[in-house]
Amino acid sequence: MTPATILGIGAAIIVSIALYGVVTASSLLRRIVALNLLGGGIFLLFGVIARRGAAAGFESDPVPQALVITGIVVAFAGTALAVALVVRLEQARNESPDADGERLDGADAP
Amino acid sequence: MIAGAVFDIALVALLVALAAWSVSTRSGFTAIVGFIGYGVLLVVAWMRLRAPDVALTEGTIAAGLGGVLLLTAQARVGESAARTSAGAPRQDGGPSTIARIGIAILCAFVGASLIAVVLSLPEPAPSLAPLTAEALPRVGLGNPVNAVLLGARALDTLLEKVVVFLAVIGVWSLSRDHAWGSSPSIGPRTTSRVGGAAGGIAPAPAGPIAMLARIVPPFGIVVAGYLLWNGANEPGGAFASAAMLAAMALLVLMAGLGRIPRCSQGSWRATIVAGPLLFMAVALLGLPLAGAFLAFPEAWSKPIIVVIEIALVISVASALVLLIAGPPTTEPSP
Amino acid sequence: MLLDFWTVAVAALGVLFFVAGTAGVLRFPDPLSRLHAVTKADTLGVGLIALAIVPQAATPLDAAKILLIWLATMLSAATVGPLLARVAIRNGDER
Repeated sequence: MTPATILGIGAAIIVSIALYGVVTASSLLRRIVALNLLGGGIFLLFGVIARRGAAAGFESDPVPQALVITGIVVAFAGTALAVALVVRLEQARNESPDADGERLDGADAP
Repeated sequence: MIAGAVFDIALVALLVALAAWSVSTRSGFTAIVGFIGYGVLLVVAWMRLRAPDVALTEGTIAAGLGGVLLLTAQARVGESAARTSAGAPRQDGGPSTIARIGIAILCAFVGASLIAVVLSLPEPAPSLAPLTAEALPRVGLGNPVNAVLLGARALDTLLEKVVVFLAVIGVWSLSRDHAWGSSPSIGPRTTSRVGGAAGGIAPAPAGPIAMLARIVPPFGIVVAGYLLWNGANEPGGAFASAAMLAAMALLVLMAGLGRIPRCSQGSWRATIVAGPLLFMAVALLGLPLAGAFLAFPEAWSKPIIVVIEIALVISVASALVLLIAGPPTTEPSP
Repeated sequence: MLLDFWTVAVAALGVLFFVAGTAGVLRFPDPLSRLHAVTKADTLGVGLIALAIVPQAATPLDAAKILLIWLATMLSAATVGPLLARVAIRNGDER
């Protein structure tokens, strides 16, 4: 059992747990956290494939590593945008009740 | 061998436990803390996979800056909810128990299929390492990952910089209409002013964070430059360096020692855009000079890459700080 | 050989301090004492593990970097400790 295989199995388990978290999250922010957990697991799977591709004097195939680095930065940018949207949504929800005079979260209008 | 396997199994068990805890805990704040711990343990996992550049990027950007991003968001959501005594969680309590069991079975199925894939990967493993080794002398860098990022797959890096820039535009566009053009704020509230409410002198920032924000940034900037310069032949590179610079800037901002310039300022906008624009210009110049988009003439390859990297680091660091600080606003922030 | 013995022994001592700090975090009654356990015991643990690795470093520059990491950890603990304590005291007063 090489380190790559053990970490690969671990990554698969993390992916399934994080997927459950994404689907059944109790709030938007928790959903975003679960999405980031999912991303970490998937990148770990890439890393397993990179490690197995060790050849030509490198300990790990550089091309999947480059893909993962790009992926981490893009995932961060996406998370930042999603988080800004969620914060703005909560601000709008808590400030303006909708047309029936009720707030979107069910509390009574002031 | 046995010690290695025991360590790996322990690491995986911790990672899985942290992920499960982060998904299932009640409080949002605890979930984010679990995510940060998970990110830091992932750095160890990446080193176990012999990928130091990815470990650096994961630790600084995903765990570090991502953790700060999520914590500030949690504070802001909690703050706006507390103002009106309404909560953020959904009102319907989530899926029913039967639905949860069904979802869990499906997720377990996904996990099991991935495990089957991992155990049945082809042997000997296909690899692009020999091709990279051939291309290394042409690119002129000693670090294979950076050679791929800035030489062989430079198009991916260019597009990624543009994606980060687009995210900044998206975040800015979420500001309120009257606040468009002012600066995002992420510092402490300056509610106590010496000399009267109508604009006295704000007291000088004091306390542990202000001390840290005065001592550490010079070292941080040196370390960032070292990471950038060393990335040519050792693990390091543009992204880790940019994350370090962004962290130093965030430290200064959060201590209240400085403010982000106004978003309508031309010079500030130019700083953010300079990196991707320079990269694009170099890429287009490659057409007449070396025969293809993004091709570098071989003798100039390393200097061009260094120049691109420096411009990129400044732009990406500014973009990272702006992404965390949020939309421009005229109110004090938590 | 002697260097390896030093590494194992001092690292084991560091792990002992880490376990003590973690036990403190789990078992102490209130936030302030838990903070005490984390900042003191864990920082000492990091220092001992850093000292354990230093003889294994390839060059003196690497050894200096390892000690710098220990300094950075101490600095962060020294900064975060008072901040967390302030929040804990403030929350305690509101209750």
